[in-house]
Amino acid sequence: MSALVARFGPPLAALAALIAVWEAGVRLGGVAPYVLPAPSLVLATLIADWSVLSASLWVTLEITFAALALALVGGVGLALLIDGARWLGRGLLPIAVILQVTPVVAIAPILLVWLSPSSAVLVCAFLVAFFPILSNTAMGLASTDKSLLEMFRLYGAGRWRTLWLLRLPAALPDFLGGLRIGGGLALIGAIVGELAAGAAGQGSGLAFRISEAGYRANVPRMFAALLLISLTGLAMHAATSLVSHLALRRWHDSAVARDA
Amino acid sequence: MSPPLVSLRGVGKTFANGVTALDNVSLDLRAGGFLSLVGPSGCGKSTVLRLIAGLARPDRGEILWAETRPRIGFVFQDATLLPWANVFDNVRLPLRLAGQGARDSAAAVAEALRLVGLADFAAAYPRELSGGMKMRVSIARALVQRPHLLLMDEPFAALDEIARLRLNDDLLRLKAETGASVVFVTHSVYESAYLSDRIAVMSPRPGAIAAIIDVADDGPRTRDFRRAPAYLDACAAAADALRAHAGKAVA
Repeated sequence: MSALVARFGPPLAALAALIAVWEAGVRLGGVAPYVLPAPSLVLATLIADWSVLSASLWVTLEITFAALALALVGGVGLALLIDGARWLGRGLLPIAVILQVTPVVAIAPILLVWLSPSSAVLVCAFLVAFFPILSNTAMGLASTDKSLLEMFRLYGAGRWRTLWLLRLPAALPDFLGGLRIGGGLALIGAIVGELAAGAAGQGSGLAFRISEAGYRANVPRMFAALLLISLTGLAMHAATSLVSHLALRRWHDSAVARDA
Repeated sequence: MSPPLVSLRGVGKTFANGVTALDNVSLDLRAGGFLSLVGPSGCGKSTVLRLIAGLARPDRGEILWAETRPRIGFVFQDATLLPWANVFDNVRLPLRLAGQGARDSAAAVAEALRLVGLADFAAAYPRELSGGMKMRVSIARALVQRPHLLLMDEPFAALDEIARLRLNDDLLRLKAETGASVVFVTHSVYESAYLSDRIAVMSPRPGAIAAIIDVADDGPRTRDFRRAPAYLDACAAAADALRAHAGKAVA
């Protein structure tokens, strides 16, 4: 109990203090809601506009998870390919690097020439989530302990058994690190991609709600949409961290309590 | 006398970088024998072991087996355990790689763990164990297939003296119980004299056999053996051979 208070007390208190100061400042200073809405108004707007915002939240979630799933398949798949056929990997890796270092905001308008807005946003989110998963998984696969590899060879393990029983588990911590980064980036990619693609109307996500509310000077709704994005990011981070913790808690230093 | 279990005949090994690791090494291992390879770091002791294990091929000479190659257990310098697998699964690994199911191998794993004194630790994870216990798990893994030949590459070098002394005694008991032959690499003449019936002293660069020392049979290998003339003679002979062949290295 006291450990929980010690761990979650300070951040919660800091957050509560920030909200209290914000609320008090807006009320006492008489700040207009179209400049800075009070937290209470943001919450009220979130509830009042829930039908519009929840539909957009759903769209953003859908794109984020679809992009992350594609990035997982593509990233892990390409990492295995690089690992298995070096020449093929050496050919494909520069392309992945070029896509990684080119800002997705610059790619989005070009994607729009060929794709529907929602597909373009999906590709944007995929592009940013893909690389950390690829590079982390490839690094994990390349850094298997040499003595363990030798031991597997001694006991006559073939290539696939060595991959399945040794190299994949050994790469798991690195892969999960990539998943944590990729999960966060998929959401960022979905938001940035939507802003850049300017997707509008039906089937538009939270980013569009923010720019739309901005044009209408509906600042409380901008904040309400922003709040949903932040909460989604937090949930994403918590979920990937939990997956990582559950997978590693028995054996990996990163997930094992220090006093154990 | 029965033919040796394995004979190295004029074996040489040159690495890809041009360094000659071994030159003209000839060595016999009796069936049931305990042979130690002693030498300074970098003299190719581990290479001899890897050649016998089939992890590397000799460039010159040949390795002759009495009949077919026997089942081999290998203990590495580090415990080399899978950190994500518990003790049971780590010990079971060679059986699993040989295609045996978990249920069929349970008895063999339990027996191997009993031999190394870790019967109660099957569910523990490597990170929960001390260095000595990890090495015991590693030895149990090497024993689980009931090998006829146990190859050990400086297995106790990283352990504290107490753990090392204990494991030395346990190793002798294990050998007596399983009847396996052992090739044991160490850089300690004391350890080699205590454990083996034969010591091969190696000289460095390129690695070669400098002397073969037979440890006289002088009663059971217990604490008292460390005061027995056979032990002291072997220590002195091995130390002399080491010094005589240390080469130009400054030490």
